[in-house]
Amino acid sequence: MRVLVGLSGGVDSSVAAALLLEEGHDVVAATMKLWGGAGDSGCCSVGDVDDARRVAARLGIDHHVFNFAQEFEHKVVAPYAEAHAVGRTPNPCIECNRHLKFRRFLDRALRLGFEAVATGHHARIANGGPDGPPRLLRGHDAAKDQSYVLSMLTIGELARVLLPVGELTKREVRARAAALGLATATKPDSQDVCFVAAGPGQGPRRRFLGERIELHPGRLVDRATGVVVGTVAAVELVTVGQRRGLGASALGRRYALEVDAASATVMVGSEDDLLTDHVELTGRTWVGGPLPVGAVVLAQASAHGRPRLVRLTDTGVRYLEGPDRRVAPGQTVALYKGDEVVGSGIAA
Amino acid sequence: MLPFLVDRYGNPSGSHTVARAAQRALDDARERLARLLGACPGDVVFTSGGTEADNLAVSGVAAGAGTVLCSAVEHPAVLQASLAAGGRTVGVDHRGVVDLGALAEILDEKVRLVSVMLVNNETGVRQPLEAVISLVHERAPAALVHTDAVQAFGWLDVAALTADADLVSVSAHKFGGPKGVGALVARDRASPLRPILRGGPQERERRAGTQNLAGIVAMAAAAEATVRDRERARLRVREFSTRLVGGILEAVPGVHEAVPRDDRIDAICNLGIEGVEAEELLVVLDELGVCASAGSACASGAIQPSHVLLAMGRTIEEAKRHVRLSLGHATTTADIDAVLLAFPEAVERLRPAAPVL
Repeated sequence: MRVLVGLSGGVDSSVAAALLLEEGHDVVAATMKLWGGAGDSGCCSVGDVDDARRVAARLGIDHHVFNFAQEFEHKVVAPYAEAHAVGRTPNPCIECNRHLKFRRFLDRALRLGFEAVATGHHARIANGGPDGPPRLLRGHDAAKDQSYVLSMLTIGELARVLLPVGELTKREVRARAAALGLATATKPDSQDVCFVAAGPGQGPRRRFLGERIELHPGRLVDRATGVVVGTVAAVELVTVGQRRGLGASALGRRYALEVDAASATVMVGSEDDLLTDHVELTGRTWVGGPLPVGAVVLAQASAHGRPRLVRLTDTGVRYLEGPDRRVAPGQTVALYKGDEVVGSGIAA
Repeated sequence: MLPFLVDRYGNPSGSHTVARAAQRALDDARERLARLLGACPGDVVFTSGGTEADNLAVSGVAAGAGTVLCSAVEHPAVLQASLAAGGRTVGVDHRGVVDLGALAEILDEKVRLVSVMLVNNETGVRQPLEAVISLVHERAPAALVHTDAVQAFGWLDVAALTADADLVSVSAHKFGGPKGVGALVARDRASPLRPILRGGPQERERRAGTQNLAGIVAMAAAAEATVRDRERARLRVREFSTRLVGGILEAVPGVHEAVPRDDRIDAICNLGIEGVEAEELLVVLDELGVCASAGSACASGAIQPSHVLLAMGRTIEEAKRHVRLSLGHATTTADIDAVLLAFPEAVERLRPAAPVL
């Protein structure tokens, strides 16, 4: 098959390309140039493009660089800042996968005559048998499973995507890279949001957002008493469920229950106040087609969060085994049946 | 250039026999190149290429006194150096020709340097250097004029066209010489030129560092060959360019030239293609054996929307649909035939709407 592999400059996609070659595919590599601003720490820095080019040379395959910086700005970076401005906590990696890796990149690959694209994500695509639709499964390495960030894909895309490293553990991936003499074998895993400079604490995010949106000092209001119990430097940086930096009351640690950017108010309360029995979801997607209301599935609200048993409702999901902490608005909730992704939504 | 990399390895700065031979070769190359550029040998400063020549011109005279002006379509080597010196840019019209009215308005006695290229590297558009020089002499008599003639030397009589410019940059690899060597002509009015590389007294203290003798000798030889053959090459490329652009325009609907034929040199054909992204077209053309370019590469190798096209009033979306086909002295009829076959096929492959997922 003619496959365009998205080479990020990391070890996973390097090995993905190598595995596809071993399987006899006709492989070409491309690196997406997404970001070039300050804090270019992630999957698209110049150093990473250099690494990708060297890996492609080592594997003897062609390598292109696609400049998607403009789309990345429009579809990922700007919405990220706008969401924070209204007190939401978005997941930019998922938006990047949705709009860039599995739309813009895939569309381009198809136009260029490729039959599929491949990435180094730790997830698996199972063929649904003859004529059956493809299914998206968790990666073999549970600790590195990335099916969560792919949960918004549908069979339309999955039919044209290959995830070769999903069958391997991270350890096996690194061993393969080392055996192939790839310079990326020992490269550390990427962390955090690629367009926000790396660094400890809230500093980098505050600096990044501070250049894009106005940050406002906010009041912490105890929900039970209505009393102002403290302040925060920037209400836009507070995430629902957050504990750090909010102080404590006689009843214990305080948690952010709600963020209202318009009135610069953060409602706070105890851990119990954070519990809810349902999650309202917007922008729902289904891998194969909508599941009926009442269906029982597992809901996972972060990349490696614990899956919770839920029942689908008209507008979201309801927890079946007791309440759980509120999911921060803007976060993606991935829906599974066992190890299979069935859909996704964004917490309202 | 080979003897200077093997047997005649002397450093022109030394004093023994081998060094003196190297010095002679250097003097000889300087004299030959100076003649071809219409300059005195002492005006020629050898550099590591066009970028250094441009940087030296801008930084070398901008130091301290006065404003730097350059056109908005200059090569980054001028644009960035000018920006670093606090310079301002002068706009261009839809063809990419510098706006003389805007230049006239902005010129005053505080201006120290005006830099306008002879031929643009992305579109091939020719700039009215003589008119720029008259305007500068009239409105800003103290100002110097620099021109980046890197793209022009292979095709135009640079000596004649730049006779009244104070500073002129050229680069060897644009006329058949090796990469990594160039020269700046800096006439009397541009003295003293403040060096950007400091160290030894080479190049009359205008550019420190041992000269790239092999490269310089090769550049002089390439310059002579270029000038000797220039008129013939120009006519040949004119014919090729007519066939190439005419053929593409006829075969592919929705293609237009960025610059009208009469305003550009024939060796650079910049085409806008509706409904096709240049980044994709280059990949397919490459597969079909055609090497074309678009915009300019950033540090990662990604193509950036052309600042030249943006300055000409194109939107980013429009700028992303332009490709550049460059013709050289080695271009053959067979090359043109090959492009005329490949280009329509590449556009056709890419033009249908994105496949429905």
